[in-house]
Amino acid sequence: MTITVALFGIAREIVGQPSIALDAPAGQSAAGLLAELRSAYPGLAGLRSLAVAVNSEYAADDVVLHERDEIALIPPVSGG
Amino acid sequence: MQIDLTDQPIDVAAVLQAAESAEAGAVNAFIGTVRNRSEGRRVVRLHYEAYPPMALRQLARVAEMAQEKWPMLRKIAITHRHGTLEIGDVAVVVAVSTPHRADSFAACEYIIDTLKEVVPIWKKEEYEDGTVWVAAHP
Repeated sequence: MTITVALFGIAREIVGQPSIALDAPAGQSAAGLLAELRSAYPGLAGLRSLAVAVNSEYAADDVVLHERDEIALIPPVSGG
Repeated sequence: MQIDLTDQPIDVAAVLQAAESAEAGAVNAFIGTVRNRSEGRRVVRLHYEAYPPMALRQLARVAEMAQEKWPMLRKIAITHRHGTLEIGDVAVVVAVSTPHRADSFAACEYIIDTLKEVVPIWKKEEYEDGTVWVAAHP
């Protein structure tokens, strides 16, 4: 399946674009996606934290991703 | 509950008004503004980036959690700005109302502290000689 991952802040700058489309195995988990992205973009591994959001909620490591989900990578937040 | 994300200057009085309630004896507000120094460096301006649908969802969730912890909360109003902000600009306003003041201080502090931990908004500081995404690295 193809999943699209939206990127923000420093994650967008590290990857160099606002979103990426990835071929992911069926049953890909949030943790699996993180591992894959950290390996493809080593700059992501140096961040203080990195989370996956699915449909506007933070996803636990074992959440399974689906093709139509709205998926985003959340680097350390700093609002306020 | 009134939650807003805007790329325009925040009308602080309007946010305070949204928190007013005839049943409340206290309206408590936190107003976050852009400071001209950060860790010894002179800040020229700030750039806030947001993930709007998730930011609104998480702001609402923070307000819901506050309402559970302080059931006496009458109104909660939160507005966060994004885009480019100059020194002194208002970046965020949190306003709450409760029957008595002690709860209003505690609930307001909880909301801004939790907002800073969970809401997907990112701040990039611009200095005279470069930029840094705040808190991105250990």
